[in-house]
Amino acid sequence: MRIPLSWLREFAQVPADATAEDVMADLVKVGFEEEEVHRPTDELTGPVVVGQVLSLVKEPQTNGKTINWCQVRVVPEGQEQTLTGKGIDPSGVQGIICGAHNFVEGDKVVVTLPGAVLPGNFQISARKTYGHLSAGMIASVRELGIGDDHDGILVLSSIGLDPEIGADAMELLGLYDQAAEINVTPDRGYAFSIRGVAREYAHATGTTFVDPASKVSAPATLQGGYGVKLNDDAPIYGKPGCDRFVARTVRGVDASRPTPPWMSSRLRLAGVRSISLPVDISNYVMLELGQPNHCYDLDKLAGDIVVRRAVAGEKITTLDDKVRTLDVEDLLITDDSGAIGIAGVMGGAHTEVSDSTTNILVEAAHFDEVSIARSRRRHKLPSEASKRFERGVDWHIANIAAQRVVDLLVELAGGTADEAGTDVGTAPDAVTIELPAEFAAARIGIDFTEEQITTSLVDLGAAVEKTANGYLVTAPSWRNDLETKEDLSEEIARLVGYDNIPSTLPVAPPGRGLSRSQQQKRRVVQALADAGLTEVLSYPFVSKAANDIFGVAAEGAARPALKLANPISEEQGFLRTSILPGLIEVARRNHSRGFRDLALYEAGSVFLPGETLGTDSIPPLGVKPSDEVLDALYDGVPPQPLHIAAVFTGHDSPAAATHTPRAWDWADALDVARLIAGVLGVELVVSQGSHQAFHPGRAAQLALRNGDVVGYAGELHPKLLAAHDMPARSVALEINVEALFEAAADVIVAKHISGFPVATQDVALVVPQDVPADQVLSALREGAGELLEDVALFDVYVGPGIEEGRKSLAFGLRFRADDRTLTADEASEARAAAVAVAAERFGAVQR
Amino acid sequence: MTETLSGAAIPNPLDEAAITAAVEDAVAAIAAASSLEELKAVRLAHTGEKSPLSLANREIGGLAKEHKAAAGKLMGSSRGRVNQALASRTEVLEAENDARILVEETVDVTAAPRRRRAGARHPLSTLQDRVSDIFVGMGWEIAEGPEVESEWFNFDALNFKPDHPAREMQDTFFVEPPEAHLLMRTHTSPVQVRSMLEREVPIYVLCPGKVFRTDELDATHTPVFHQFEGLAIDKNLSMADLRGTLEHFARQMFGDEASIRLRPNYFPFTEPSAELDIWHPGAKGGPRWIEWGGCGMVNPNVLRAAGIDPDIYSGFAFGMGIERTLMFRNEVGDMRDMIEGDVRFSEHFGMEI
Repeated sequence: MRIPLSWLREFAQVPADATAEDVMADLVKVGFEEEEVHRPTDELTGPVVVGQVLSLVKEPQTNGKTINWCQVRVVPEGQEQTLTGKGIDPSGVQGIICGAHNFVEGDKVVVTLPGAVLPGNFQISARKTYGHLSAGMIASVRELGIGDDHDGILVLSSIGLDPEIGADAMELLGLYDQAAEINVTPDRGYAFSIRGVAREYAHATGTTFVDPASKVSAPATLQGGYGVKLNDDAPIYGKPGCDRFVARTVRGVDASRPTPPWMSSRLRLAGVRSISLPVDISNYVMLELGQPNHCYDLDKLAGDIVVRRAVAGEKITTLDDKVRTLDVEDLLITDDSGAIGIAGVMGGAHTEVSDSTTNILVEAAHFDEVSIARSRRRHKLPSEASKRFERGVDWHIANIAAQRVVDLLVELAGGTADEAGTDVGTAPDAVTIELPAEFAAARIGIDFTEEQITTSLVDLGAAVEKTANGYLVTAPSWRNDLETKEDLSEEIARLVGYDNIPSTLPVAPPGRGLSRSQQQKRRVVQALADAGLTEVLSYPFVSKAANDIFGVAAEGAARPALKLANPISEEQGFLRTSILPGLIEVARRNHSRGFRDLALYEAGSVFLPGETLGTDSIPPLGVKPSDEVLDALYDGVPPQPLHIAAVFTGHDSPAAATHTPRAWDWADALDVARLIAGVLGVELVVSQGSHQAFHPGRAAQLALRNGDVVGYAGELHPKLLAAHDMPARSVALEINVEALFEAAADVIVAKHISGFPVATQDVALVVPQDVPADQVLSALREGAGELLEDVALFDVYVGPGIEEGRKSLAFGLRFRADDRTLTADEASEARAAAVAVAAERFGAVQR
Repeated sequence: MTETLSGAAIPNPLDEAAITAAVEDAVAAIAAASSLEELKAVRLAHTGEKSPLSLANREIGGLAKEHKAAAGKLMGSSRGRVNQALASRTEVLEAENDARILVEETVDVTAAPRRRRAGARHPLSTLQDRVSDIFVGMGWEIAEGPEVESEWFNFDALNFKPDHPAREMQDTFFVEPPEAHLLMRTHTSPVQVRSMLEREVPIYVLCPGKVFRTDELDATHTPVFHQFEGLAIDKNLSMADLRGTLEHFARQMFGDEASIRLRPNYFPFTEPSAELDIWHPGAKGGPRWIEWGGCGMVNPNVLRAAGIDPDIYSGFAFGMGIERTLMFRNEVGDMRDMIEGDVRFSEHFGMEI
């Protein structure tokens, strides 16, 4: 909401020298955030004066244009030019070249004299042009920053002005005024008006407020006016769509009269474009009193006005000349011809006032918030009217606002008001709230005095009655946001000042620290950084194709994914089922920025919808749903496990004089996956894997001991890397760490540490090429028995001396007993037993 | 007659002057040796079998009995002197040799390769941990919840009326189909509702996490960002408790000079509501108030939705943006730096913020 200061001053005591910044600083204390200052003089400085065109000589130019060489009087005849400066003619007559042709000798115009600066840092000076010294400019509204019209210069008579020559044109056009723009929170509809903000300004500064409504004298009752019926047969939530309709008639207006500058300048500062006198008056009253209203061309109305819901298929052409199909829930203003307006949202084109309108019907009605909000949303028509209605308008202001419109039409458009008028509807019950005496103090932490409580509430416009236990408060009719004792507490605190709230530190009961899974997550995320990887974050929005490739191992298999109804980009319209697509994109971006050696990781949720998706309906607010309903709400939320993914490209370290870096390879991905499991104390079962995003021969499937697959690690598929502009041989892993969290032991049981010497034995086994080394190792471990402390693969050999199709695997075995020093024979025996199992299982032959 | 190595005559072991000359020869040669190799040659020449002193010593055997003692004494002390000179020279030369080897092994440490990658945490993640730790230190617990959430938890339970403009101002991402009433949570407040439903009062929890709004990415907006929200439900909590908690927290984050300011505001889930400004003494461009987040006393409708009796319990809640906090605390100028994943951003911070 933008507040022109001159307007605010009419109803509140704003110091004469206060700036928009000062006003905003005051309003912020009562809860209106400052947005922006609108001050024409920040961009426009004088001298800008009224001039009269004495003579005008048309001079055709070689380029085909005709310019006017004008003599313009800027000081009344017989008076001296008091301005001095380069280019100011002491005679009081300026010679000015002007390219516009919409004026004649004798017209009064706006002259920007040398020394003036116009919006866009346009400095006015005397300069030679078209063979003359042009000392100033005759300005258009656009050049002055007060309109878009650039077809010609501003002829003052066209806006109804006949000022003295030499008068300050900036004063005349209201350009010394300024506006404070504040943010109005959605609960405070009343503050979308000068009336509401002036009251708040008075609260903030402790000064007096004059209610603009009190300056209007409207008849207490209206009768005999235009026929209006309220026929809402489908109220929403039982509330009638329209509970008041005031209609007033003004005849014989001249709608083509210009809007006076004082009004158009205030409208402009308030951010509302000047359209025509009746429309400007309508907007002016809405801004001043907060009551949206509408002017119909009375002669275009046919029969009584009926406020009703739309019928299926009904259409309307709105003021913006768009045909809109209506919904049966839309509340309409209709006459015999059909819909003439979507109530509270936008009027119809057919009954709109025009320059030729002479008789006007003024509407000021009160509509249901929800009904208006839905129509506005349905038709995507956020208007100034709907903004106010859906937040709540004072029921009691309608007739006053209508009177104010009537008064202005009479005064400015020369109309005559009918005595008769229409006022139908029923006032809602006033809201009364019980406020226990100590409640506000307990809730806010300030020991409010009785006087603070009553004064604050009365200042708001509430009626306060003292009761045995506290207060009975009747909320003001414009404050539909005040319903509970909590609301009143806020108001009291707000008016007394939040700065007066003391500070105490409550002590929480003994806490349990981070939960187990929170600790596990931290440990893993930190371990990866410690291992040299860089943590990044990516968006969870991906394409369907990305989910289909990364989210599921087998090509062509479908994995259900969540689709957004309103994504930022349609292409990335799904929620990720894998972190890798986003991470690969981050890797690609880094790569394109010249970072070739990357090890990136991200920990984040993936979204894996199951059978149940949401709930058909949602329970109402303010009540705890039944256990059954709650269970359904919980079950409807799709599983979103925490995954960690990593991507590696290039080398493990930068090249240096004495150092040859190593290229990341599939084993690094697997190693990091093992590290993740390792820090959690979980054993990963690794096997040859198959996943469409990975190289078919270089992917490891990661599983828990119970067989649950928790992830993949290895080299990304070469085709995929090429398609993503990624370096060849990039490797990656993704793992469901939440599954690992659950698999982790609660308590790790200690192992006995034997002090007896170790006996090491090596063995080389020749096995068929396709036998996984890990399985041979498991066989050895099984066969070796209890004496085996550790076994590790230390070499793989294929080549001369080994039969084709076979490979030699070399293992180191470490034997140790708990209770004695092993003899060489015991160790050899255990080794033989180990080899025997490998031989039996895989035909392994000792080399 | 045997000859000495150098061919000189063998000195008489009784001739003190000749023996002393031989010793002095030896000592001079030892002193002149400039390397362990030279010293080895000197040792051979002056203490070896064919050295003058060794040969002279051997002569003792052929001496008359009455001369043997004197000769033995002379020879013993003379050879002792030579051996001592040798030992000390050896020590000096060995030390020199050791030092020379170390000098030769000198490397240019400034040309050292970087073999180990220095990893890095994302500062948003580090900051989230830091904030959590402060509250855990106060006895609070950390609560988490899903990012795709039921509309009820995100709005209705938080007292957003179905047709109220406040609901639209959240710029919500909805999940298809609309009939399922699922959305991307627009704030971490649904976690507060879950906490109230799942935990016993009194409740003191902090809910950090990712939230979503349909804003296009630019220097100050991102559709995906992070918040942390606090919720306390207990008997007799007031706005003074809220202020005290926020003040304590602000000082942990921004130093002892930090202070906070509350301004009236509106949120459907709190009443009274306030906007929270922080006095940031170290702000770029000088100390000033910075808008930090929102807070207030939990609206009784929110308590009711979670089955908590508002006549017995009251509570307060607050919420701040982690990106915003990072922006003004660590002077991050552009939101995009935080989300594009450029490694330079994370790596600059390393493990710290």
